[in-house]
Amino acid sequence: MSEPFDISTWTCPLPLQNYPTIVMGHGSGGRMMSDLIRHMFLPLLDNEVLHQLGDAAVLDIDLDLSRLAFSTDSFVVHPLIFPGGSIGDLAVYGTVNDVAMTGARPLFLSAAFILEEGLPMEKLGQITTAFAAAAEKTGVQVVTGDTKVVNKGHGDGLFINTTGIGLIPPGVQIAPGNAREGDAVIVSGTIGDHGMAIMSVREGLEFETRILSDTAPLHELVETMLAASLDIHCLRDATRGGLAAALNELAKSSRVGISFEEDRVPLQPAVKAACEMLGMDPLYVANEGKLVAIVNGEIADEVLAAMHSHPLGQEATLIGRVVVEHPGMVVSKTGIGGSRVVDLPAGELLPRIC
Amino acid sequence: MKYLDEYRDGELTRKLLSEINQAVTRPWKIMEVCGGQTHSIIKSGLDQLLPPEIDLVHGPGCPVCVTPLELIDKAIALASQPEIIFASYGDMLRVPGSEKDLFSVKAAGGDVRIVYSPLDALKIARQNPDKTVVFFGIGFETTAPANAMAVMQAKNQGIKNFAMLVSHVTVPPAITAIMESPQVQVNAFLAAGHVCTVMGYWEYQQLVDKYQVPVVVMGFEPVDIARAILMCVKQLENGQAKVANAYARSVDEAGNLPAQDIINQVFETTDRAWRGIGTIPLSGYRLRAAYHQFDAELRFPEIQTINPQESSLCISGLVLQGLKKPNECPAFGKECTPQSPLGATMVSSEGACAAYYQYGRYAANLDQKEDI
Amino acid sequence: MCLGIPGKVIEIYQADDMKMGKVDFGGVVKEACLEFIPDIQVGEYTIIHVGFAISKLDEEEAQRTLEMLREMEMLADELPELDEGLPA
Repeated sequence: MSEPFDISTWTCPLPLQNYPTIVMGHGSGGRMMSDLIRHMFLPLLDNEVLHQLGDAAVLDIDLDLSRLAFSTDSFVVHPLIFPGGSIGDLAVYGTVNDVAMTGARPLFLSAAFILEEGLPMEKLGQITTAFAAAAEKTGVQVVTGDTKVVNKGHGDGLFINTTGIGLIPPGVQIAPGNAREGDAVIVSGTIGDHGMAIMSVREGLEFETRILSDTAPLHELVETMLAASLDIHCLRDATRGGLAAALNELAKSSRVGISFEEDRVPLQPAVKAACEMLGMDPLYVANEGKLVAIVNGEIADEVLAAMHSHPLGQEATLIGRVVVEHPGMVVSKTGIGGSRVVDLPAGELLPRIC
Repeated sequence: MKYLDEYRDGELTRKLLSEINQAVTRPWKIMEVCGGQTHSIIKSGLDQLLPPEIDLVHGPGCPVCVTPLELIDKAIALASQPEIIFASYGDMLRVPGSEKDLFSVKAAGGDVRIVYSPLDALKIARQNPDKTVVFFGIGFETTAPANAMAVMQAKNQGIKNFAMLVSHVTVPPAITAIMESPQVQVNAFLAAGHVCTVMGYWEYQQLVDKYQVPVVVMGFEPVDIARAILMCVKQLENGQAKVANAYARSVDEAGNLPAQDIINQVFETTDRAWRGIGTIPLSGYRLRAAYHQFDAELRFPEIQTINPQESSLCISGLVLQGLKKPNECPAFGKECTPQSPLGATMVSSEGACAAYYQYGRYAANLDQKEDI
Repeated sequence: MCLGIPGKVIEIYQADDMKMGKVDFGGVVKEACLEFIPDIQVGEYTIIHVGFAISKLDEEEAQRTLEMLREMEMLADELPELDEGLPA
C-alpha cells in the first residue's frame, strides 16, 4: 500500500482541510467529530447499515442451522505503516482471520479508532483507505464504529479495535480442544514474514530487505480446505508468539502432544537470514496471514492439495503429528536428529549479541 | 545461508557423532566455555546424541550471566534518570537486579533503547544533545573491540553526551580459576570461537602447559561442535594435551590484530567480580585514564545502589563453574523459570539454565514435565 | 557469548573516518564497520558481531575442511589427521 492520501481531491473537504492533524475536538462528539466521520470514514467504508449511524447496527442474519462466530482484536502496531501493509490491513484481516479460524464466513465488522492528538490527517486517510480496501477484499461490511481522541503522548498515533461476526456453516466442528492422536499438523506457508518486516524498520535494528508482511485474509483458504474435508479439527492463526505459540496453545487446549520436524517448516531465506543476524528464532516471530491446521491424518493429503490450489496456501506443508506422549508440550526434531521442546516464548522477542 | 547451512548438515554431524562414539572408551568431562555454544548444543539436541561417557560441562562464558548484581542495579538506577537515555544490547533487558529489571524501568517511563551495535548508541547521542546516552558495555573479548571503537569515536568526534557502563570480562583467567578450583574436574576445554577470532589462541598454550588439558577452539554450529568434541576426545584418549583449532575458517593463532590494538588503546586489564563466582584477578577490562570522561561510573558517582541481594535459592555460580547442571538445582522450573528468574543464568538467552528450561531438559526424560 | 554471522561484503565506503561496508547475509543487508579487517574486498565473506566485522572468512579453508569431513572414512583408526595442533 502506501499510496499517499490526497485531501485536496475530496469533494467537501473544507472543515477537515483546516486541520492537517487530529485535535482533541475530533473526539468530542460535536461538529468536528461529525465532520471527521462524514468526510473521512463514511466515504471509504459506507454501506446501508453504517450510513444510518445509529448507536448500534441492526443486522438481519438468518441463523437457520448455522452458529455465530464472534471475535475482537485490538491493533497497536508500530510503525503504523510498514513493508507490506499498515495497521489498516491488520485491523481488518486480524479479526477476519480470528473469525475464520472457527470455519465461519466473516460478515460484519465494527471499527473503533482511538486517535492520538497530532496524528496527521493524511496518515489517517492512508490507513483508512487501506482499511476500507481490506474490508472490500474480504467482503465484510463495516457496520458500526467509534471515534475517540486522546491527548498527545498517550496514544502511539493510532489504535484500532475491530470486532467481527461470522456464520459457521452446519457440519463444521473446529475448536482448539479437538486435536486427537494421529492428526496431521499443517502450516499454511512461510513463517516469520510479518515480524521480520516490522523488525526491518524498527529504530535501532533496521536493515535492508525485501521482506514484506504477510498480512492477508484467510477465510477463503479455510473455505477451500473445508470443501476438501470437514474433518478439520483445529485451526489457529499464528500471530504473536509465532508458530510456537499457536502449536503450544493447541497442544494445551487439546491436552495432546505435538511433534514436528524443524526442517519441514517453510521459511523464506531472507527471513531466516534476518533471524540469524538478530539472534531470533523464527518459530517465535509473528505472522499475520498464516494458519496452523490440525486435521484427521487420513485426509491430510486432500486438505494439503486444496491448500496448494489457493494463492495463500501454495507453500502449505505437513510439519508434524499429534501424539499421545508429552501432553501439552510441543517437541521438535532438530536438523541433526536431536529433539528439543518448543516452549511458549518468554516475552517480547529481543535481539541478542550472545 | 552460505557458510552457515553447511555446518548444520545433519548427516555430517551424525557421522562425526558416530566417530566420537567409536573413539571414546572412558568418561570425560569437557567444558564448553561459551554460552552461545551451550545454547547451540542444547537447541540442536546434540547433547542427547553424545555417548554417555561424555559429560558436557557448561562454562561461565555468558557475559550477561556474570555481570555483577551491583552493576545491574547501577544500570537500572542510571536508566531511571530523566536526563539519561540508556542504550543496551537486547540480552540485558530482562536480567533481574535486586528489585527489578531494565524492562520495568522502561515501563515506568525510563528511556531505555535496544541497540544492535554500539555505534547506534553513539548515533542516539548525536541526535539527542540535551540528554546523556549511557551504553551498557557488556561482553567478552569478542565485543570489546566494538565497544572500544564506540568510545574512541566519541572522543574523536567530540561527542560529550556519551558514557559507557563497562562490564567486560575475559576468558583465560576464568579458565585458570576453574582449573584452580578443587571442586571442578574438567578434562578438556572447548574454547570460544569468536573470542578466539579476536584474541587468537596463543594464550591457551600456557594453560595447556600448566594443567595438561586439551584446548580445542570451537565454532557454533553442530558440525563445528561435533568436530571439536571429536578432536578433544581423540587427544584425551591418546593422553595428549595440545591447543587445536577446529574453527580455522575464522580463527588463527594470532587473532585479529587491529581489533586487539583498539582494545589495548581504550581498555586496560582489571580485577572483575563475576556474578555467582566471585572476583577473579585481572579478568576484566576498564577504560583507560585517557577515556575516563566516558566511564559512566566515574561520570555519575552519585548513583547509589542499594545493597545488592541475591536470591538465596539461586545456585547460578555453581552452574557457571560447571559444578551443577541446571536441572540439578532444587529451584529449577519451580521458583525459578524464565518468567520469574532468580538469577541471571535463567534470564540470559544463552545462560545454561535458560537453555535447559527453554529446550526442555527438565530431567532425563522429556515427559517428566508436569505443567499443562 | 558471541553471535557472529557470516555475510558477504557488497560495498565498502568511508563514514565518520571509519571503513564501513554493506554486508549481505542472504536477502538481508546491513551496514557494518570493517575497521578490523582493513584488507577486505567486495565479494569476500566476513563474520559480523554487533555490527562489526571480526574476521575475514577463510573460504579456502572452509571448503577444504568440509570436503575432508565429507570424505571421512567410518573407521576410527583410519581417520586423517583431524587433531593437528598449531597450523602448518
